[in-house]
Formats: sequence, structure tokens, C-alpha cells
Amino acid sequence: MSESGYADTQPRMGFFTDTSVCIGCKACEVACKEWNLVPASGEDLLGMSYDNTGDLGANSWRHVAFIEQQVPASRVDNLGMPTIGAPEQDGAGVRWLMSSDVCKHCTHAACLDVCPTGALFRTEFDTVVVQPDICNGCGYCVPACPYGVIEKREDDGRAFKCTLCYDRIGDGLEPACAKACPTDSIQYGELDELRERAERRKQELHDDGVTEARLYGENPDDGVGGTGAFFLLLDEPEVYGLPPDPVVTTRDLPDMWRRAGAAALGVAAAVVASFVGARR
Amino acid sequence: MAECHPVGFQWVMEAKKRGAKVIHVDPRFTRTSALAHEHVALRAGSDIAFLGGLINYVLSNGKEFRDYVVAYTNAGAILREDYADAEDLDGLFSGFDPETGQYDVTTWAYEDAEPAPAAGKRELWVHPDDEHGGEHHRRSARPESYGSGGAAVHAKPSIDETLEHPRCVFQVLKRHYARYTPEVVADICGVSTRQFLDVAEAITANSDRRRTTAWVYSVGWTHHTVGVQYIRAASILQLLLGNIGRPGGGILALRGHASIQGSTDIPTLFNILPGYIPMPHAHQHLDLDMFVGLDAGQTGFWGNMRSYVVSLLKAWWGEYATAENDFRFDYLPRLTGDHGTYQTVYNQLSGKCKGYFLVGENPAVGSANGKLQRLGMANLDWLVVRDMQMIESATFWQDGPEIATGELSSTEIGTEVFFLPAASHVEKDGSFTNTQRLLQWHHKAVEPPGDARSDLWFYYHLGRIIREKLRDSTDPRDRPLQELTWSYPVHGPTDEPDAESVLAEINGSGPGGPLPSYTTLKDDGSTSCGCWIYCGVYADGQNHAADRVPGSKQDWVAPKWAWAWPLNRRILYNRASADPEGRPWSERKRYVWWDAEKGTWVSPDVPDFETTKPPDYTPPDGATAEDALSGADPFIMQTDGKGWLFAPAGLTDGPLPTHYEPHESPVDNPLYTQQASPARQTFGGEHNRYNPVGSDVYPYAFTTYRLTEHHTAGGMSRALPYLSELQPEFFCEVSPALAEETGLEHGGWATIISARTAIEARVLVTERMKPLRVRGRTIHQVGLPYHWGPNGLSTGDSANDLLSVVLDPNVHIQESKAATCDIWPGRRPRGKALPELVREYQRRAGIEGSEA
Repeated sequence: MSESGYADTQPRMGFFTDTSVCIGCKACEVACKEWNLVPASGEDLLGMSYDNTGDLGANSWRHVAFIEQQVPASRVDNLGMPTIGAPEQDGAGVRWLMSSDVCKHCTHAACLDVCPTGALFRTEFDTVVVQPDICNGCGYCVPACPYGVIEKREDDGRAFKCTLCYDRIGDGLEPACAKACPTDSIQYGELDELRERAERRKQELHDDGVTEARLYGENPDDGVGGTGAFFLLLDEPEVYGLPPDPVVTTRDLPDMWRRAGAAALGVAAAVVASFVGARR
Repeated sequence: MAECHPVGFQWVMEAKKRGAKVIHVDPRFTRTSALAHEHVALRAGSDIAFLGGLINYVLSNGKEFRDYVVAYTNAGAILREDYADAEDLDGLFSGFDPETGQYDVTTWAYEDAEPAPAAGKRELWVHPDDEHGGEHHRRSARPESYGSGGAAVHAKPSIDETLEHPRCVFQVLKRHYARYTPEVVADICGVSTRQFLDVAEAITANSDRRRTTAWVYSVGWTHHTVGVQYIRAASILQLLLGNIGRPGGGILALRGHASIQGSTDIPTLFNILPGYIPMPHAHQHLDLDMFVGLDAGQTGFWGNMRSYVVSLLKAWWGEYATAENDFRFDYLPRLTGDHGTYQTVYNQLSGKCKGYFLVGENPAVGSANGKLQRLGMANLDWLVVRDMQMIESATFWQDGPEIATGELSSTEIGTEVFFLPAASHVEKDGSFTNTQRLLQWHHKAVEPPGDARSDLWFYYHLGRIIREKLRDSTDPRDRPLQELTWSYPVHGPTDEPDAESVLAEINGSGPGGPLPSYTTLKDDGSTSCGCWIYCGVYADGQNHAADRVPGSKQDWVAPKWAWAWPLNRRILYNRASADPEGRPWSERKRYVWWDAEKGTWVSPDVPDFETTKPPDYTPPDGATAEDALSGADPFIMQTDGKGWLFAPAGLTDGPLPTHYEPHESPVDNPLYTQQASPARQTFGGEHNRYNPVGSDVYPYAFTTYRLTEHHTAGGMSRALPYLSELQPEFFCEVSPALAEETGLEHGGWATIISARTAIEARVLVTERMKPLRVRGRTIHQVGLPYHWGPNGLSTGDSANDLLSVVLDPNVHIQESKAATCDIWPGRRPRGKALPELVREYQRRAGIEGSEA
């Protein structure tokens, strides 16, 4: 049995998104929509650097974040990252981070836990997929996701998110976003192998002086049991709009039910006691 | 490159992974800058100063690759005594005529070369005062009349191999760039001396026998009044560092979009024929002999031009082209002057040009001074637009900006517009030629929708119908069409012509079938070839453009992936990767070498040299064509076999690149009294007034550019929801300092004004735009992506409407990367108030009523 409870019929598959080579071309966003027939989300200039998608949602299963940072030129130099302008004239440099976000396909997936219809299920690849023909639009999954990934499509009522291209990987094809990514920022493969690859890449960057390179979601001991889609980031997760310490929202459910049960029993006992007392 | 060529940028990322240092020099901070090791923000239009600074750094620190420079460049060639440099004449080279604004290039020649006019002996037929030749020709067509090898020089110059002679090219070069010090670079470009020196040290440390440095540029270099000289400056630097013809070196031109390389090889340009054969001139090239200049004794591979031309004529007129009738050379169209795109717009305005085809082009948005473009099209009798979407150039008569201002009225525009839907590249067979000269075949994936058809279908059937209509004509002017080879197999319900049969025709054939190489072309009419440099793409009757052996299944040069012209050669002039004796400069950069035992050149690539010509070959007296080049002359298309540090012929605006300010500049030129290029091409008219230099009325610099999310003038992206939502409307980028100075608000509106018009854009305030210190002042730059127009899902004003028409005199390309403007918060006026605002600005700048 895998950590997530799936019988080991075949290796767990996932994404490693190496944001240090992301060029922000958004080919992943477009390829995803093309393959999965995801509706356009409409034209709206957000003013968030070059990001006009905003966040992940029912109609955006990949989202490239653009983060503009002012950094001291000297610090930038040390990191081997670019400076802008003439440092003698102006001590500040600019760093432009880009990162393609996606559903994390958690080991402990709260969306799946709370789904009352079984529309959300775990596939043989250990990924988490919504079946639109079963989803009844109850929306329990939406607040359950610790990353704010899954969302109900307004004009449709049902919930949608990344399927890790379930209809491609079953045929031995890589997901559309990974296929379209020109710099291999998005890598698809067996999760174990991806984790080793990511560790090597992090070390490589550290050796090059980019000491703030870190992995996010690769740790099986984190609050969601590690994610099937994990990342190499160049700054704190919050900078990218990612929760620093995500916890599966259903983690405490059994405990809560136990407590709720105990409380209910207590109330029942009190009620019984009060009747007993009343007879007196 | 990441911004506009994201797919190609994967290789830069791969190189970076392997340890390459990536430096990005660009006025704006782009996605490329984000991934580079270093971003050098320089002022738009100051690149020659930057490159000149690098040249000076190389020369004054003895960093040149001496052996390479002595053997393979014209560094040692002695120049004429009467040559005067821009440094001597305060910004002018010798030969400038202020009356005409043009150069007489005689004094730029090598000392011992005959004082021949630049384009070769064939031009001696022209009397200097002939109104159609002489000056007129120099202005309009001469620079176009060189093939890919540039202009001919007619004698081998005297060479001083010590490079000490005061009049040798090397010393002239040294003097010319001596003033381009780090401090001057900083003053002109706004780049700190420390950062400039970082770059200089990095590229010189990475250029020697063992290492090579590559330069990559795009239209940010070409769209200037000195665009050709930008590239020349890079060529000088790369030749000095020995980075041409060697693996990992070169100057890589990223083209504007897919197969632009192909559309110059098989040209859509007015001034060249397939394979860079010049278009004949009406009054100079009366017959084939005069055209080819057989008696000019050309040296280098252009010495075989007659074979290329005769084979082309055979491809076009087949059995009708015979030796007796000069192979129908008289059927070719002729130049009478400048027929370039901007001259054509002026011809539309004056009523000379009455009909126009727009094929995959949207000049109402994509060309400089959109108003001029639209006014020109509004003055046509008919206009044919073939595109995938209803672009602005097809609807300007209905909803263009001039309709809104009342400058044009739909009811008064007489232009009849024919819109014909076009198939996209996935809806037809064909090839793309990329910047590496690689022909890559694509097969049709889906049928085009509705009435959409391929360009091949359109032109084939148009030609077929015209020929049917003219079948019985006895008018001699119809004979070129009646005799034209115009027979291709067609298939499918739409009678689509077979694209591969066109490729076969381009490849050419002889008595033995498809030809393997351009060296087999004959001038006796026994071979036909549609484009000599493509000869071999269909060798053995196989479509080699469709070769697709993966990289993992072949050697590192990967010759079995597609086909590169010429002869599937992946690196041009690769003889230069070996020393004069034919040994690799180093094991690390081993590419082509001489195997003395076998008596042949060896390479994993196709050697760019005659395979059995030994390194010690010395040409006998009177040798012609390639035989006139020695065994150590790698630049085989040049008449002297050398890489030209100094261009003794071929350019209209100077033999050496020198820093001139853009036509519209916020600052003066610290190097010379001569502010801008003296030979630049200016135009007049009330709709093409120019902002004065250093004007307080138009105080800010602006530059135009593209975004990853959109395709040039938007025809392929603004109607698509998935792309439009990624960049949903026109915006400008400004620095926080400029926003504060002008009151612009992030997310708000800005009005941007030039002497041509005023446009509005949403505002992105970003730290990526930085003010620069130039000439002791703070220069603010406004960044304007140019993709937008009123049609489609993602809309906005057109940035190119702000630009004027002012051109590079060599290639007639517009200066769209550096100009000036004013900017203030809020939306622009509507209706008649808009032209009134523009006029008010012109009045304040003192240019109202000015004719440039």
C-alpha cells in the first residue's frame, strides 16, 4: 500500500516544477486549456506584473505567477542573478520570479476526503481527479483544499481542477503542460525519481551560490503527506502565494468527531441526568 | 529571446546549465533578463556606442585573436590616402554630399583596388548623371543590388601583415574607436563603467583558441536608422575575437516570426530574386551579360552567378528559355527605384500605387506611423487581404482611428477591399526556414476551415486563371505569363497543389533528375533551379526538409534533422574553425580540419570549402570565381575571401559603424556635431512630422516591443481567447520615478503623444523600468508593446501609430525602437479633439507646418 492508501499497482506519478528555469511563457496555461477544453477565464488586466490569470481555479488549472522584487544589487550579484541599471547610479536591483502553479495532488487529499459522491477519486497513478459526470456541485471540496486549488465553475456548478492529464498519462503521454514547457521547468515522471532529481538540482544551485533554492512539497512528512506536484522555489513559499505549512484540513476530523461524539454523549448524559434529577 | 523566442530559449537555458554565462543587453528588463546572469540596461538607440566600447576595449588591451585577425580578416588591407574617417570630419566619412545627403563611396576602397563603383563593373554602364542610375540609383536601389556576399571589390589589396601601417584597416579601426572609452559608453548608454567592464572582461575571457562567444540579436538591433551598422559593429567585434565560423560563435539573428528567413531566401522583398540574386535594374541590366558582369572577373563563389541565374530562368520559363533568347532574362521584372514598403505607402498617397496585396501582414497596426498606412490604403482602388482573422488593415475603412476623428469617412473611401480567409501552418503542407537556415517540413494536420485556403492554393489558382484569361492574347507583355512554368499536381476536394512538387522545383533538376548541389548548376541551360542555395534539399528525390532523425540517434552536429542551406551545412564559413594550415585552433573547438594524407577537409559538418583545395593553395594569376581564393580564405562568398572589419564597398552610410543618435533623441551626440546618421532616409508630409531633438515638448524616450503572449500585429493572437486573456489589453510600462514625476497611477490610464498622434494605454508601474543617467541628465524610457488595435478580444490603441517613418538607407527599415514622446495621466481625447491635441503639441514644438 502507498502512503495515500493506494495499492502499489504502478509507481506514483507527479510533477516537479523547477521555477529556477521558468521563463514565464505561459505555454503550460494554454496547452492545459487546449487539451482539457477548459473555458477561457475572460480578459481582465490585473496589474500583477505580467500575470493576468490571478490564481488557480475552475478555469485555470495552471497559473504562472510573476513576482517582481527589489533587491540590493550586491545581494543580487552574489546570487548570480541579474541586476538592472547601473549599480553606481542606483543601488537597487530587480529580481523577477516566475513560477507555474498547479494542483498538488496531495498524499492526504482533503478534497477527496470530503467528497460525498465519490466524484473525487484517487487514480492508479496516485493522482487526484474529479469525475465531472459524478460531481453534484456540493462544493465541500472547495474550502477543504489547503492551497485554494479546486473551485466551482460559476455557470456550471460543478468543481474542476487539474487531472494531471489522466487521459494522457494512461496512454504513456506526458501531461500537456509538461509537454509544452520549452525549458523543462515542468517535469513529469515517477515521483520517487523526480524527488531525487529535484534534490540534485537544489544542490547544484546551492553550489552555484543560489543558496535560497529550496524544495516545496517534496517532504512526505509535511502536513499533507507530501505532494504529487512539488516545486523548487527561489524564495519563501508565501512570496509565490503558497501556504508555508499546509495541513490537510481533514487531519483533525477523526479527532474532532471523537470530541464531538464525546461532547454529544456528555450532553446526552446531562439530559438524562436532568430528567433523572427531575423525577426526584 | 525568452520573451519573443521562448522555444529557442530552451537552448540558452541548456547552455546555462552547462556553465555558459548569459548576459542580456536590453533597454528593458524582460523575461530574458530574469533568467540571465547579468542584465545591462542601456538607453534605446545607443548600442553602437556600447559595441564600439567593446571593440575599443579589445583593441586597446590587445585582446584580439591575433592569428585569426591577420589571416582571415581584412585587418591588414591598406586604405586609400584620401579616405577620411568620421573621427577626422566630425561625424562624416569622406565623400559626403550635403546637397543630396548621400555618400560617394569611392574613397572607402582599398588602396590598390580600382576605384570601381560598389556594385561591380556592371554599374559602369551608368552615366553618373543619368537620372535613373547614378545618384537616384544610389539612393534607391544600389544597396539592395548586392547578393549575400556583399559588394565586389576588384583587386586584392596590399596587405601589411604586421598591422602597423598607419593606413591599414586595423590601425584605422583603432583610431576610429579610441574615444569609445568606458566613461563615454556610460555617458551615452547610461550603463555604469563597472558593468560595462564586467561585460568586456567576460566576453574577451571567453573568446580565444579554446573558447567562443555568441551574440544573439533580434529586431531591437535592426529597427534603427543605423540598423545595418549595429550588425556590422557586432561583426567587427566577433571577427576581432575570432568568433565567426567556429562552433559556439557567430552572430545569430532571431527573425520576427516563423520563416522570415525563408521569405528572404525565396524573397518577398522587392529588390532580390531567390537565393539573394539581385533584382535587375531597368536601365543598367539590359541583358544577361551586363547583369551577371561576366567580364568583371568576380572572385569567390558569386563568380558562378551566371549558372545560378540561368538555372533560375530555366525553372521559371522552362523550354522557352534558351541560349538564343538570353534564357528570357528580359522577362524578369526590373527595378526603377525604391519600391520598398514605406515608399509604396507614399506612392499610395500620391495615387501612383492603386492596388495592394496584404498577405499575413497588418500594416495598420504593425508598421511605423499607422495613420500614414491607413491613409495610403484608403487611397487605393483595390486591396486584397489574405489573413486568418478580420484584421485592422481589412476594416480601417469602417472603424479605424481616422473614422473616429473624422479624418476619413467610410462613405468617401473608394478602396474596394477583398478579404480572403487564409489557412494556418497546421492546415497545409510546407516548410519553415529558421534563422539557422534550417528548412523544416510540416505536414498538414487538419483541413482549413470553411473557405480558408493555403497561400500556395491561392497563388497557384490565381496564376492558373490569369493564364487561362490570357491564353489567346497576342500582346507581347503577356508572353512571360503565357510561357511561365505553372504546372503542379493538385489533390483533394479543393485542388490543393502539391507542396512537395514546388520544393522539387526549387531544388532543381538536370538531365539526371533532382540535383544534389548548387555546384552542379550549369550556365548552358541544361539545369533548372528555383533557388540555388536550396539546391540539394530534394537530392535523390527525397524531401530532406522532412528528415527527422532524433538527436539521440545521430552525432552532435545532427545533420539528419531537417536540412540547412547551403548543402546541409550547419555552420557557415566553418573553414575559419581551423588555422591557416588547416589544423583546429584547439581540440576543444575542433570542427573542420585538413587531412593531408587523404587530401581532403574533414568535419562532422559539411566543410564550407572546396573539399580538396589544400590549405597552401595559392591562386594562379587570372583565376576567377572560387579558384581565385587561396586555401586559407574562409569567407568564400566575399570577393577577397576575407571577413570585413572595414567595408570598402556595399554600404551607403559609412564603412565603419559609428555612434549617431536616433533621429528622435532626448540628448545630443557627445562624439560629433553630426547628431544623427547623415545618410538616413527621411520623408515629409503633414502626417509624418518629426519631434525635434532634445525637445521639452516630447521629453521622454520610448521604445516598442513584443510580449510572449501575442504575435506581432495581433492577427494570430488577439482573436484567440486563450492568448487574449493572458495579455488582455494595451499597456505601457513606466518606472516609479516617471510615474511620480508625471502623476501616472498603476492600473490607471496614460496618454502618450508624439508629433504623429496621441494614444492611450493602461499603466504598469514597474521597477523593471529604470531611469538612466545619460549626458548628465536623467532619461526616462517608456515601454510600449505594439500588438494592439481595435479588433479582436484583446484590444487597445496601436503603439506604432506614435512612430514616424524614418529609415535606414541600406535596407529601408524604420526606426521603431527609439523615439521620443510626452506622457501624462488620463485618457486621450476623442473625435476631432484628438488631432487638435496633436496639432497643439506640434505648435508648441515649433514643427507645425514643417515639411521634413
